[in-house]
Amino acid sequence: MKNEWPLWEVFIRGQHGLAHRHVGSLHAPDAEVALKSARDVYTRRNEGLSIWVVKAEDITASSPSEKGPLFDPSQDKVYRHPTFFPMPEELKGL
Amino acid sequence: MYAQMVKSTGHAVRALEDMEPQERAFQERINAGEKIEPKDWMPEGYRKTLVRQISQHAHSEIVGQLPEGNWITRAPTLERKAILLAKVQDEAGHGLYLYCAAETLGVSRDELYEQLHSGKAKYSSIFNYPTLNWADIGAVGWLVDGAAIMNQVPLQRTSFGPYSRAMIRICKEESFHQRQGYDIMMKMAFGSEAQKRMAQDALNRFWWPSLMMFGPSDKDSIHSAQSMAWKIKLNTNDELRQKFVDQTVPQAEYLGLTIPDENVKWNEERGHYDYTDPDWNEFFEVIKGNGPCNKERMDARVKAWEDGAWFREGLMAHAEKANTAEAAE
Ligand SMILES: [Fe+2]
Ligand SMILES: [Fe+2]
Repeated sequence: MKNEWPLWEVFIRGQHGLAHRHVGSLHAPDAEVALKSARDVYTRRNEGLSIWVVKAEDITASSPSEKGPLFDPSQDKVYRHPTFFPMPEELKGL
Repeated sequence: MYAQMVKSTGHAVRALEDMEPQERAFQERINAGEKIEPKDWMPEGYRKTLVRQISQHAHSEIVGQLPEGNWITRAPTLERKAILLAKVQDEAGHGLYLYCAAETLGVSRDELYEQLHSGKAKYSSIFNYPTLNWADIGAVGWLVDGAAIMNQVPLQRTSFGPYSRAMIRICKEESFHQRQGYDIMMKMAFGSEAQKRMAQDALNRFWWPSLMMFGPSDKDSIHSAQSMAWKIKLNTNDELRQKFVDQTVPQAEYLGLTIPDENVKWNEERGHYDYTDPDWNEFFEVIKGNGPCNKERMDARVKAWEDGAWFREGLMAHAEKANTAEAAE
């Protein structure tokens, strides 16, 4: 049981210039095999132009139970959104 | 379906007012259409049922490769062979997406394989039927993938995030599977007399097992009610089976083939086709391990796993060696 291949998270950048996006995970013994397997498992239909694989254990994730306090600081800063500032309607380019 | 007879908790669904605050908040999130993610709090029953359901689904994708793989080396043309190979490869992919989704719930891949290989875990009854000739490959794509789609499309909206995302990927790939099957059926049904006979024979044999894929009626089952409240099941088995029949009958008519059930006819009042229920005794026998190919399927699967052990271990040893060498530098 101990010989299970480690888990890798797979990120793919698609055709349209968007950033790499998490698509799923897979087991592989090392990074090289992880990349090749990611190609077979996640890009069988031209889904990607670039693949990143990251060992799952190397990812540090925020904890869902701290969701409140973690994102709290951005809650009360409505002025960060442009709609906070009403502009005269007759003006253009603002 | 690909996950038949998954039992959730033994209790009836509880009303929101009767729930502890944590569980109530959880249920309210589900009711509001929010996705539950792996690290979120969830009731133990939800986790357990999902592990069972997702892994059963994954096992079905993996074992499902065997009846079709049987014809890869004997496909009638090189093109058909390449298509079938791609289809079977997709099914391997589906199994992998789903195993990963199950693993986010805290079960390991090795445990899941062990459950499959020891016979503890189930997979869909349909894959315990043989594929005797090339027309069967057509019937499997048309009917079996067709039935799978019926079940998988609503599951894209399931409450558990990783499961939902896996289903979305899978659904994108399924319609190729169904179409390549129907394409084979058209070729056969519009071909020579002998080909047409083979097509009809394949339909005769796969019709009933396909209806069984949806599982016995569960409209009065408390398990199913709980799974529906959790949105890990979105329709009753009968609803999906009826939908499948309604969709398939005209497709068979187009092929000039006859559904092997004389009760199949349009019911104006219900707005659906009537049909006969399959033989549920046969279904329970197959689930118990007594179908025509249960033993063959598990033997092939276990053999593949065991024969690959030296390779998996070799690659792991190589990776460890490379790691130590790097650390020593
Ligand atoms: Fe599939
Ligand atoms: Fe499929």
